[in-house]
Amino acid sequence: MPIDRIRRKLVNGFACTAVSAAMLPCCLGRAAVAAAYGLEFKLRKVADGVFAFQGIDELMSAANQGAISNLGVVVGTDAVAVIDSGGSLIEANALIAAIGKISAKPVRYLINTHMHPDHVFGNAAFRQIGATIIGHHNLPRALEARGAFYLRNFREQIGDALIKGIEIIPPTMLVDDRLQLDLGGRVLELQAWKAAHTDNDLTVFDSATRTLFAGDLVFIGSLPTLDGSLLGWLRQMDALAAIGAVRVVPGHGPVPADWPAALTAQRRYFEILARDVRKAIADGMPLREAVRTAGASERGNWHLFDDYNERNATAAFAELEWE
Amino acid sequence: MQNHAYRSRQLGLPLAAVFAAIVLAVGTLFGSSGVANAQQSTASSNRIWQDLKGDVFGDRAILVDSGVVRIEAPKRAQDAAIVPVDIYIDPAKAPDGIKSVTLIIDVNPAPVAATFQIGKDAGVTHLSTRVRVDDYSYLRAIAETQGGALHMAQTFVKASGGCSAPAVKNQDEAMATMGQMKLRQFPPQETMTKAQELQLMIRHPNNSGLQRNPLTQYFIPAHFVQKLSVSQADRLILSMEGGISISEDPNFRFDFTAHGTGQIQVEAIDTDGKVFRHQWPLEVTGL
Repeated sequence: MPIDRIRRKLVNGFACTAVSAAMLPCCLGRAAVAAAYGLEFKLRKVADGVFAFQGIDELMSAANQGAISNLGVVVGTDAVAVIDSGGSLIEANALIAAIGKISAKPVRYLINTHMHPDHVFGNAAFRQIGATIIGHHNLPRALEARGAFYLRNFREQIGDALIKGIEIIPPTMLVDDRLQLDLGGRVLELQAWKAAHTDNDLTVFDSATRTLFAGDLVFIGSLPTLDGSLLGWLRQMDALAAIGAVRVVPGHGPVPADWPAALTAQRRYFEILARDVRKAIADGMPLREAVRTAGASERGNWHLFDDYNERNATAAFAELEWE
Repeated sequence: MQNHAYRSRQLGLPLAAVFAAIVLAVGTLFGSSGVANAQQSTASSNRIWQDLKGDVFGDRAILVDSGVVRIEAPKRAQDAAIVPVDIYIDPAKAPDGIKSVTLIIDVNPAPVAATFQIGKDAGVTHLSTRVRVDDYSYLRAIAETQGGALHMAQTFVKASGGCSAPAVKNQDEAMATMGQMKLRQFPPQETMTKAQELQLMIRHPNNSGLQRNPLTQYFIPAHFVQKLSVSQADRLILSMEGGISISEDPNFRFDFTAHGTGQIQVEAIDTDGKVFRHQWPLEVTGL
């Protein structure tokens, strides 16, 4: 099973933290780094020059090395762009090592799709290799408000060893609305969205292969988490669907997936959640009671449902009360 | 138009004590290391409380679990930014009436979340709101009777796992809609009682000002609703002072006994000195 293999290799990689993770890229060649972290950190080829790593559907933990979200790599004739840095430096360095196996071009850009730890905790490893970090114009503000909390909260969740060296590093190149990124021979189109999953969601579209990196604007199989605006997410679903992609790399779930069919399940979930929450509000039910049942009919359809549904219902309730 | 008395002077707690507590707690949590320690347990939450209570209540005796006040919150916070909390007062156990209730969240950078004054004969027996909880912590409600006795109830909340942080979800929207208010009125649930319920909602980012920028180590400026009063025809139902850990878009639901058919009046003042006022006709329930 690929998930087990990935996890095993990541755990194997963990054995070499005695050597400072930060030192590795500068002191050793890429091949040596790759060997140190295990060659099996598998980047799947999803299209010509486009690769992705599929995270596992779990909460971040010491055992899974924080490797729960999908990561992307796009290779141009001049440079490589990476989409998200993963949930730990171990994972980020394994990714950098794996990129070294498929291209000798420099990793010039790291694109953060949004603020969450499983997507940005590896940023320091990319700063170390000189990549420019790119994000939504709201991302620095969002990290400013949450960074200290993330570092403290996740120390318990992923352990002292894995959190060591992780820094909250905001992007230095910001996307106001859209930005084109020329990698040589191909241009990535970055788009900043209004509040949906978070208030700093960014998508990356490779027009050469019509591959969309949706970040956490798209979840498949794993319950979407709401940390921005339910109404904003629903309102922008049509605009998302209109992106002329043939495949998507979602933030969580199978890599790659058909587009826009990948949106169907999450749209249904959000519509049911909104319907249930609206009814509770109309009935005068308090938040605490409403979140116990809202969206419950979707339980069988998603991984991590019990971890996130009540939280989504809580956020949805607080938002929909203002309708 | 200010056609009702704003009763912020009737505080049971001297503000200085509250701020002393805040300063103390900030010093505790953000010591020289600059990074707060690992997650809290019931024991460490209790230690913080032991250090804190003298600063807030002096050496006054605090009766625990006497039944006068009760507090409920989920055992695990689902969303650290929106943790619902319910405070109940049993009028039968405090015949002289409750003057105020202080809500404390031990581990938050400013533990004194809010102090609520309760109007005489307002008939408030239940108050629910939503708070930010930074870490594993006791939530405590300390009620002060008209006679000056203190009664406490507490409940332990485990911080949420995962990536929900006690921060504003949609900052642009929060700023654009700031100051909007909504009042919902619920008729009495039991026909034997005259108490009806109000739910007051105020649009405000309610930034605590105690989040530290991890890059600069500077605190992000505070901007929250620090004074609030709800009255009926100039007669106080409930007021709040503090408000530092109340969730964005502060939300209060409480029962009260209407006196006559006068309007419900609300005044809120934030840390920038902005004043938000609104009033609504009382919905007569036909009883």
